Amino acid sequence: MSDVARTTEVAAVDSPALVKPQRKVKARSTRAMIDRYQWYEVVALYAGIAVFLFFVLAPFIEGFLVSLKPLAQLFSTPYSFIPKNGSFDAYFNMWNSVPLLGLYIFNSFFISTIVTLIVVAVVVPAAYAFARFNFAGAGLLLGMFLAVNMFSGAVLLIPLFRLMRGLGLLNTYFAMIVPGAAFLIPSSIWLLRTYMLRIPRELDEAAWVDGASRLYTLRRVILPLAMPGIVVVAIMTFIGAYAQQFIFALTFNSKSEFMPLPVGLFAFFGKQEVQWNELMAASFVGILPVMVVIVFLQRYLVAGLTAGAVKQ
Amino acid sequence: MTSTRSATIFAFALLAPALIYISIIVAYPLFDTVVLSFTNAQLRPTYDWVGWANYQRIFGAGNFTEIIIRTLVWTFFSVSIKMIIGMCGAVLLNAAIPGQTVFRILTMPPWIVPMAIGIYMWAWMYNGNFGMISGLLQNFGITNGPVAWLAYGHTAFWATIVTDVWIGVPMVTIYFLAAMQSIPKDLHEAAWTDGAGRFYRFRRITLPLMLPAIITMSLLSLIATFNSFDIIYILTNGGPSGQTTTMIIDTYKTAMGSRKYGEGAARAVVICIFVSIFCLVYFRAVRRLGQGEAK
Repeated sequence: MSDVARTTEVAAVDSPALVKPQRKVKARSTRAMIDRYQWYEVVALYAGIAVFLFFVLAPFIEGFLVSLKPLAQLFSTPYSFIPKNGSFDAYFNMWNSVPLLGLYIFNSFFISTIVTLIVVAVVVPAAYAFARFNFAGAGLLLGMFLAVNMFSGAVLLIPLFRLMRGLGLLNTYFAMIVPGAAFLIPSSIWLLRTYMLRIPRELDEAAWVDGASRLYTLRRVILPLAMPGIVVVAIMTFIGAYAQQFIFALTFNSKSEFMPLPVGLFAFFGKQEVQWNELMAASFVGILPVMVVIVFLQRYLVAGLTAGAVKQ
Repeated sequence: MTSTRSATIFAFALLAPALIYISIIVAYPLFDTVVLSFTNAQLRPTYDWVGWANYQRIFGAGNFTEIIIRTLVWTFFSVSIKMIIGMCGAVLLNAAIPGQTVFRILTMPPWIVPMAIGIYMWAWMYNGNFGMISGLLQNFGITNGPVAWLAYGHTAFWATIVTDVWIGVPMVTIYFLAAMQSIPKDLHEAAWTDGAGRFYRFRRITLPLMLPAIITMSLLSLIATFNSFDIIYILTNGGPSGQTTTMIIDTYKTAMGSRKYGEGAARAVVICIFVSIFCLVYFRAVRRLGQGEAK
């Protein structure tokens, strides 16, 4: 039965590639016309996109302008959107007002990197097991992994705190790394499993016939083929670990030398007033590397987001 | 090859790291939360069983039901607005016009940037005297006098929703966009040949075919929003006078602020019950949608 299913699956994978070229030629003229807009439609579309993107980007625009304004101008009325005699002073002064800033930025990357390594190491074998072996209880187990994903760290904070204290991990990097990785594992398993299901089983079987051990097959046959999928998982995990490092860092660590940027920024909340311009400047310097990387990797991000779509 | 005993052993060996990891870091704490909720645990290492006392106390106190309702209302509005804006965004980004790729990239930052940093930026924008929203409204003469958005109950309630929507919209938009692009082009072409307009095609082709994606995303978003912590913690810390205290914030304050672990655990258990219900609905919906597709 499974053999039949497998052949149809392979056929289904192959067929679009075979059909595509012909269909494309036929459809091109229709599609060009269907996508033709009246001038007022084009105007409406761009206006809509402008409003949409303004909502999405407004905090960044305002944040950047704030980073250019001197503190005295920030705390003055009436409000002016554009900075008067703005300068990049905040970008130089911030390193003095918060001496550990560089370390916070480093910590953010360090924690996310280690989380990504742990997740990938754990997820690759697990995804392979779910993709290839029809062992008893596989479906149930996969369902349980996904259900775990639904409980956030915030709900489990009390026992996690006690657990971290019991393991002696409080106030170390691991207090942020260990729970951070746990909540990213289930969705990554799902994502990579979806990807591995698309690798033809015939490859495993051919290796098996040739006398390769299972571990050898995984290492030499599957891993190279699954590399693009693993890259997507790694990127998604890194983003997840990077974007969500707040609550564990807030609760499980009080040593400033281990703090990641989101919590480290609290240092700008001074005794009397918040150094908003330097806070914004520090935020931008902290997120800039990731933003640059994202522009190049956006294709993978879209792929990761949509492959994670639970469609089965 | 697949059904022998050695294959099963190998499969479990591959699964072992993930299983052990999740058991210790997620499954055990989940179990421990339930156990703790029946004790009077605090900071000191020893504690006693107190039966249902914690539950009696939180449901007897009166404001807990209020917090539950507030959380549900907050979540409902946040998720609905995310879906509507996400759908609008997907339609706009799906249009075949120059600049498409750039616009898609520009949609992503709120999702990629550390949440806390985006929230700090919003915190400044909401500032009554010097922030952008109040400032621009005054400059254009829409309000006379500053509006401190986070200082009043109802404005703070909506301000936290807006920020939550802002963080959630990119993911919803990109997800809907992908679902939209997976609709076979032939359908649109056939309808177009028959003279169907853009609006009609959206209502009769795009929307029905996207229904599975909309349901899936709504439920995933519902669970994520229900668990949302960072936004309210940073913006208002549950204030003013508890007007933005959701169940998560309430649990955090009880457990980490007052160090009442037992009572905090009882509050967390109530959250877990809600999440479990959402989870069941989600899995059932996914299964039903999957069957519908097979037929």
